[in-house]
Amino acid sequence: MITEAAKKKIQQEFKEKMDYDELLNCMRCGFCLPSCPTYIETGGQEKYSPRGRIALMKGITDGVIEPDEDIAHSLDLCLGCRACEPVCPSGVKYGQLLEDARSIIQENKKQSVPVKMLRKGIFEELFPNQKRMEQAAGLLGFYQRSGLSKVVRKVGFMDLFPESMATMEKVLPKVPKRKEIKQRPRYFEHEGTKKATAALFAGCMMDTMFFSTNNATIKLLQKAGCDVVIPENQLCCGALHGHGGELEKAREMAKRNIEAFEAVDADYIITNAGGCGAFLIEYDHILKDEPEWAERGKRFVSKLKDISAILVDLDFHKTHSLRLPEQTITYQDSCHLRNVMHTFEEPRILLRSIDGVRYEEMEGADTCCGSAGVYNIVESEMAMQILDHKMKKVEQTEAKTIVTANPGCLLEMKLGVEREKLTDRVRAVHIADLLVEALEYAEKTQEAVR
Amino acid sequence: MFSAKSKKKLKQLKNRLTEIVGTENVDDSTSGRLVYSYDATPNYQSLPDFVVSPRKAEEVAAVLKLCNDTATPVIARGSGTNLCADTCPVHGGVVLLLKNMNRILELDKENLTITVQPGVITKTISETVEKEGLFYPPDPSSMKISTIGGNISENSGGLRGLKYGVTRDYVMALQVALPNGELIRTGGKLTKDVAGYDLTRLFVGSEGTLGMITEITLKLIPKPESQKTILALYQDIEAAGRTVSAIIAHKMIPVTLEFLDQDTLKAVEDFVHIGLPTDAKAILLIKQDGPEEIVERDIKKIAEICRDEQAVDVQVAATDEEADKLTTARRSALSALARLKPTTILEDATVPRSEIAKMVRAIADIAKKHNVRISTFGHAGDGNLHPTCLTDARNTEEMKRVEEAFAEIFEKAIELGGTLTGEHGVGMTKAPYLEWKLGEPGIEVMRGIKQAIDPSGIMNPGKVFAEKSKERMAAAK
Repeated sequence: MITEAAKKKIQQEFKEKMDYDELLNCMRCGFCLPSCPTYIETGGQEKYSPRGRIALMKGITDGVIEPDEDIAHSLDLCLGCRACEPVCPSGVKYGQLLEDARSIIQENKKQSVPVKMLRKGIFEELFPNQKRMEQAAGLLGFYQRSGLSKVVRKVGFMDLFPESMATMEKVLPKVPKRKEIKQRPRYFEHEGTKKATAALFAGCMMDTMFFSTNNATIKLLQKAGCDVVIPENQLCCGALHGHGGELEKAREMAKRNIEAFEAVDADYIITNAGGCGAFLIEYDHILKDEPEWAERGKRFVSKLKDISAILVDLDFHKTHSLRLPEQTITYQDSCHLRNVMHTFEEPRILLRSIDGVRYEEMEGADTCCGSAGVYNIVESEMAMQILDHKMKKVEQTEAKTIVTANPGCLLEMKLGVEREKLTDRVRAVHIADLLVEALEYAEKTQEAVR
Repeated sequence: MFSAKSKKKLKQLKNRLTEIVGTENVDDSTSGRLVYSYDATPNYQSLPDFVVSPRKAEEVAAVLKLCNDTATPVIARGSGTNLCADTCPVHGGVVLLLKNMNRILELDKENLTITVQPGVITKTISETVEKEGLFYPPDPSSMKISTIGGNISENSGGLRGLKYGVTRDYVMALQVALPNGELIRTGGKLTKDVAGYDLTRLFVGSEGTLGMITEITLKLIPKPESQKTILALYQDIEAAGRTVSAIIAHKMIPVTLEFLDQDTLKAVEDFVHIGLPTDAKAILLIKQDGPEEIVERDIKKIAEICRDEQAVDVQVAATDEEADKLTTARRSALSALARLKPTTILEDATVPRSEIAKMVRAIADIAKKHNVRISTFGHAGDGNLHPTCLTDARNTEEMKRVEEAFAEIFEKAIELGGTLTGEHGVGMTKAPYLEWKLGEPGIEVMRGIKQAIDPSGIMNPGKVFAEKSKERMAAAK
């Protein structure tokens, strides 16, 4: 709820904190509208478009309107996929405006006690603390291994949650034991000729729930000629906080991560999660008010690359044979990897260089799948509508394997496969896992030939 | 003219609107009203009382009748991309949104026509007909989001106007809802039709001030077999202007003949990153289409003319893909310029194409005289230039100079036998200058027509007709 006093305060803070030049930079041409998933899905409602949302922010700043629940909802319903940015001829930094606006509203919104507790738990206790992430994942692992998950499903406990969450529970990957995570070394040597040193940004979710994908990523980097180091003391990137209106917390985490990576001074900082990459790449921006940190942020950002981009740069696909059993594969872009990191050709180059498979480009592969961080939980209805449309496009490609480049997208596509009851025919995988699979299969078939 | 309605009156109006279109199609929330308070014209904003989204022609007619009976302004709106403030509800009232009327009704391959509802996106029409080997030529820069209803109300042009004409030239028939609640049909799938006044043409470009278009039948032509694009680079902007006139004088009609100055080139390149020649002072983007051998011949001839007129380089796009990139780049010119300064004010002065070099020079002189920054691009081939002023609306002193500069540009265009606006419409931005072009008797004829169709003046009030015309400053000339 937004109280009368909060409205005044929000208005005041919009005036003080919003980047007015950036708001003016939107000349309202509307070129962004066709790229916006929520504009399209709502049948063309301007309040759910980037131009409309910027107008609402400017309206509050100018004092033309007062903030209300409806406006907050317009901002909440934004996926943050940022498909509007590359198509904006004026170069409006929509994502940054959105984060600033959400942050102001969030700070002044009166939340119900359970929501407050949940937010505190997630944003302050869980994600900034990798140990706790491991513990939480450990609980999940216990839940999965103990047979409790079967019991829970049987008694219909998950029916109490939004449908997306209930189905999501089924598609979560098998979590490794904590011991396994802890025992992994922090340094790995290159294979073949040494080309560079890469520091892995392990990520909070990636290093727990998607532990095996991180291992695949390390393996690919080694094969490509990189020494790989996993810097200690790194944290969650802070994206969930930034997007969720907790910018202050996100800044703190950015600083800790910059320090952690400065300590190893590698040639590259590598991420395998588009969502993290897009937030890491803005560290210099979120720290812009502290010049020294902004400068350190800039150095951090200049080294940052997605796994597929570095593999292509180092000619991995030209120097290694990749093969898979005959099948059609398709790729779903990670919005943040595409629209913010501008990495979208590289994954396709890698996938097209796998022998034995047919790569089929999906119509609308560049639009959001509906995952968008925690969006599919908090805005379940819209997320499911988007996902259903996405799955129709997937089916048109007749692909057996859907490849993604971000954990959120991966889970969402798995969820889509489950919802459409395609589990026996279609699978969703992370590109790093698929590439390792293709490496191994190529080796196996070559041996068989010999 | 329209006084603010009391709370009680608004409530009554809401109930009656809801009866016509259903609850889900009437929005009077703050956010709903705010996001339909503007269009792509800088410095215009005003909130409507209601946003109403009818689903069919009969509902449009009923809403119009209700608004007529209650003296409520009605502003039709497609995607709100127009550039003369035509969809800004300056007197409040009802914004009639076309989002629910977006179906293609019929593609008639025997008569080569397509019949659509007004909310269909222009690009959707192009793509649909091109799949069938047909062609709908009008292509305003905003075509990927503009609606056909909006194009017709503004009589939009585009990059292919030189050879193929503008929206007007492709509208064969209309269904229109009138303020008295009647629905009329004009024209038909007919090449020849002289039964009565040409009401179709009256509604095309009427900027929502007469009725609301509810159905449209468009003429289609066969899709050209091939196309080719060249870029001619200049170190002298007037030489580029002279080339335009020379191409036409050589009886060459390319499909596209676009002019971009250096400022525009740089801004566009910043957005598209395709290696545009940003060191040139100006370029011409020239495209020809048709049978392959004719395209080859024309392009060769045009390239020669460019060189004769001191083009420093002439480059041919190697592939259709490369050509499309250039066209897309050109379409983004206005919005790309917006990245340079907080406010971008663009005009639409148009002259006979023989006068284009003079106009280009005059714009540069006027900018210098008033000490304002004006970048120019536009459809040079049809004499339609877009001088764009890069400024800051917060600087009132500069804004005054901008206004003076534009008044002088209008004056010059008219003096050269041209017009105030080639394709963007009069709306609010040019209403005070309209008399300069039409004269008082001309305006009176328009007033008579308006009075006959919309006696209560509910249709898009405040547009086209100015409360007060600007004094012509150069009357002494």
